[in-house]
Amino acid sequence: MSPRKKKMLTLALAIAGLGLATALILTAFEKNLMYFYSPSEIAEGKAPDNRPFRIGGMVVKGSVIREKDTLGVWFNLTDYAHERMVYYKGILPDLFREGQGIVAKGGLNETGLFVATEVLAKHDENYMPPEVADALKKSQEYQNSK
Amino acid sequence: MMMMMNLLHKYASLKNFYFLSVKLSRWLVLPFVFTLVYGLIGALWIAPQDYQQGESFRIMYVHVPSAWLSMFVYMNMFGAAILTLIWRVKLSEIVLRACAPLGAIFTFLALITGSIWGKPMWGTWWVWDARLTSELLLLFIYFGIIALFQAIEDRRMAAKACALMTVVGAVNIPIIHYSVQWWSTLHQGPTVSKIGTPSIHLDMLIPLIVMSVAFTLYFIIMCLARIRIGIREYDKNSTWVKNLVTSTLQKEHNQ
Repeated sequence: MSPRKKKMLTLALAIAGLGLATALILTAFEKNLMYFYSPSEIAEGKAPDNRPFRIGGMVVKGSVIREKDTLGVWFNLTDYAHERMVYYKGILPDLFREGQGIVAKGGLNETGLFVATEVLAKHDENYMPPEVADALKKSQEYQNSK
Repeated sequence: MMMMMNLLHKYASLKNFYFLSVKLSRWLVLPFVFTLVYGLIGALWIAPQDYQQGESFRIMYVHVPSAWLSMFVYMNMFGAAILTLIWRVKLSEIVLRACAPLGAIFTFLALITGSIWGKPMWGTWWVWDARLTSELLLLFIYFGIIALFQAIEDRRMAAKACALMTVVGAVNIPIIHYSVQWWSTLHQGPTVSKIGTPSIHLDMLIPLIVMSVAFTLYFIIMCLARIRIGIREYDKNSTWVKNLVTSTLQKEHNQ
C-alpha cells in the first residue's frame, strides 16, 4: 500500500469512526435536545415530572380567557390529538394569537394544568403576502363548507 | 487520474493561481455590485410584507444568506482540509487559512441577525434549541481553527493540525442542517430547501436568492484577496513575488 493510499484509508476510517461516535452521542442526548413536548407526549407521560419542561402546540381557537385586572391568561394548546390547558401570567409575544404555534416553559400542577413561566411564539416556515394568506384561508373555508 | 493531477498541479501552482485570482476577482466585482443592489431593492421594496410577521421578516434577507454562507464556507474548508491532509497541496493550506475568519464572520452575523429577529417574533433573544446551539458551536469551531493557526509557529504544521480539526468539526454541518427536522426546535423548519416547492411567495423568494448570490460573490472576492496575501507570504523568497512587490512599489512611487 502506498503511503498516500494509507493516509486516505486512515482518514476515511477516522471520519467513519467520528460519524459513528457522533451518531451515538446524539442518540444518547436525543431526549435533552428535545426543545419541547407535544400535548400527546405529555398525555403519554413522557414529559419529566421533576424539572421544568416545555410544551409546544397550537393555541386552540376560542380558548383564550384573560384574567380580569391582571396579566393572567388561560388557553388550550393542541397538537390535534390531545389538548392541554395552560396558565400564564406575564407579557405575551406579539405573535401570540389563536391558531398560532407557541412554546411555553413551566410544569404541570396537581390538577394537570400547565403553569407557564415563559411563553414564546413559534412561527412556521411559510412566507406570503397577507392577500395570498386571505385567499388561501377563503379557499380552505370554501373546501370545508362543501 | 494522471491528467487530473497535472491539472491540479498547474492551477495549484501558487504563481499561476495568484494571477488567475487577480483576473477572476476583477470579473466578479460587477456581478457582486449588481446582485447586492438588486437584492437590496428586492428585499426592501419589491417583496411584499409577510402575512404573519409584517415588515420584520425582511431581516431574513441578511440572516438566511449569512447562515447559508456560514455552512458553505465550512464545506469549502472541508474540501481544502482533505487536499491538505492527503495530497499536501500548498494552495489548499492557504485556502484553509484564508477561509476561517470569513466563515466566523458569517456565522456571527447569522447568530446576531437571528437574535434580533427572535426578540420581536419569538419573544426572546436566545433559546438553547438544537438549531441555535449547533450554529453557536460552529462559531466556536471557527474560533478554534483560527486560534490553532496562530498557536503553531510552523505554517505547514499549523495547516495540517487545522485541517484535521476542520475534518473533525465537519460533523456539525449536517447536524445544523437537519436539527430542525430531527428535534422539535423553536426555530422553524426549512423553507427554501425543503422537498417539493418552497413555501415562500415568489416575490419574496427571488430577492432571497439574489442576496444569497451577492453574499457568495462577496465571500469569493474576499477569500481570493486573502489567498493572494497568503501566497505572497508562502512564496516571499521567490523571485516572482519580489518582482511583483518592486513593480507595485515603483508604480506607487510614480503616481
